[in-house]
Amino acid sequence: MDWAYLFEISLTGIASGGLYALAALAFVMVYKATKVVNIAIGEMLMIGAYLFFTCAVTFALPLWLALPASLLAAGALGALIERTMIRPLLGEPPISVFMVMVGLSSVLVGLVELIWTADQRRLPELVPNTPIMVGEAFLAPKVFYGALTASVLIAVVLLVFRFWRGGVALRATASDPAAAYSMGINVPRVFSLAWVASAMIAAVSGIIVGSIGGISSSMGVFGLSVLVVVIVGGLDSVLGALVGGLMIGLIEALAGAYLGGEYKLLVTFIVLVMVLMIRPYGLFGTHEIERL
Amino acid sequence: METPPLGGAVAVPPLLQVDALTLAFRGVRALSDVSFKVASGTITAVIGPNGAGKTSLFNTISGFYRPTSGRVHFKGQDITEVPTPLRAKLGLGRSFQNIALFRGMTVLDNIKLGRHAHLKTNVLDALFYMGRARREEAALRADIEERIIDFLEIDHIRHAPVSALPYGLQKRVEMARALAMQPEILMLDEPVAGMNREETEDMARFILDVRSEWGVTVLMVEHDMGMVMDLSDHVIVLNFGQLIAQGAPAVVQGDPEVIRAYLGSGDVGDLRQRLHAGIDKREAA
Repeated sequence: MDWAYLFEISLTGIASGGLYALAALAFVMVYKATKVVNIAIGEMLMIGAYLFFTCAVTFALPLWLALPASLLAAGALGALIERTMIRPLLGEPPISVFMVMVGLSSVLVGLVELIWTADQRRLPELVPNTPIMVGEAFLAPKVFYGALTASVLIAVVLLVFRFWRGGVALRATASDPAAAYSMGINVPRVFSLAWVASAMIAAVSGIIVGSIGGISSSMGVFGLSVLVVVIVGGLDSVLGALVGGLMIGLIEALAGAYLGGEYKLLVTFIVLVMVLMIRPYGLFGTHEIERL
Repeated sequence: METPPLGGAVAVPPLLQVDALTLAFRGVRALSDVSFKVASGTITAVIGPNGAGKTSLFNTISGFYRPTSGRVHFKGQDITEVPTPLRAKLGLGRSFQNIALFRGMTVLDNIKLGRHAHLKTNVLDALFYMGRARREEAALRADIEERIIDFLEIDHIRHAPVSALPYGLQKRVEMARALAMQPEILMLDEPVAGMNREETEDMARFILDVRSEWGVTVLMVEHDMGMVMDLSDHVIVLNFGQLIAQGAPAVVQGDPEVIRAYLGSGDVGDLRQRLHAGIDKREAA
């Protein structure tokens, strides 16, 4: 057993797990507030990355302008999706909403191919290229800075939603929309807010993922792993998203290193099935979900 | 118990006024042409057989349903088109027939949420300037802990998760949350449904105190006749969506229309007994 190698792989795994956790957070936020299973989360990542590409490369904006501009655009897209697709479906059966989300993911892929073509693109270099060494272990700088950004953003999001009353409104809405509504909480605005925040977080993940591996119209596949993460963690649990993200990232990295890249998804899905057999609501999920 | 004058010569506008309210769901009339007034400082009860439209009436007043026609006035203002959260800000607090507490949270968190409508911090404060948020939080906490929790005698469970509490206590926490909204009118949907005798008596005492100590007007839907007759100044009787009688408890009790609504046109004795149970209790007290 090569311990140094194992350490290096685990480090990379945990770092990419941070990215899963961030994307999973975007998913959980929408699920908590609106009970929508956002199957299009991977495509929302992709759109975010392309919006950034447009700002930073096509319009050649400086980074400090391109980043907020693309996030604002992503947030606006989130608001648009909520207003035109989610709110009219309020009270409809979950399966209808689910199908709309499946449709949305195809529409987003189609949009990307129409506007930006299906060619693979590269995002501009965002971070210094000097390798990061943790002890003896080497960590790719993009992965390291990606994980760093993800952790900082996760911390900020958690703090905001812990201390800002909008976070309280979100939790109350998640628990009982009717009661929240009669309590003076503007439930439709909470819905919008959740989608906007989720779209922005997804865009950040998309930009990080894209800057590591390039962007293309098929980068929505990243969403598959995110779905595994949130199902393992429990759809409505923020803690589950974080733990699940790190866990899946680690497992994928280990499987990729010791079994070969083609086993990555196989192993994660085996883990998914095992977790669901033992805990059908995910590791940290609410039991009530089953009734929905 | 004295009955304040209702709709007397003095032109005090009623706190809540419902005018010719009609609510139809695809042709089914849940409410038709219902009009009544709730005077400030009174306890008003809405009674009626199952399916009479009591909860529909509540949901229309609090804004969940848009009436087909008719108006709702609150504090002299037409609120028919006002969205529910704004009604809460105006001073309309309510509880639900099936307890609607925020289940994952503690009793205290639930109660705090009642004040949500009145908090003034925004996201920038929360992010960059915690001072005002903290002060407001502290003031809020003190206010709530001292008054509502003491008042409703739920001090011992303030940090308990609500889902772990027995039914009667959950009802009480729901009332505490509604009180934390600092309402001018408190709408209680079956406050004692499913409670045992002792819990019912506690709740009855709280409702009376809400009016006398807090100056809050109460509008409640209730099936417990004894309690309705005991507490209310004014009773409104609905049947099949129509207002069939209203007035002081004693008046409503004798109304043949009311008796028929409860029993059909058959035997009247049982209902008389049930209705008079309230009166006997009051005389005994």
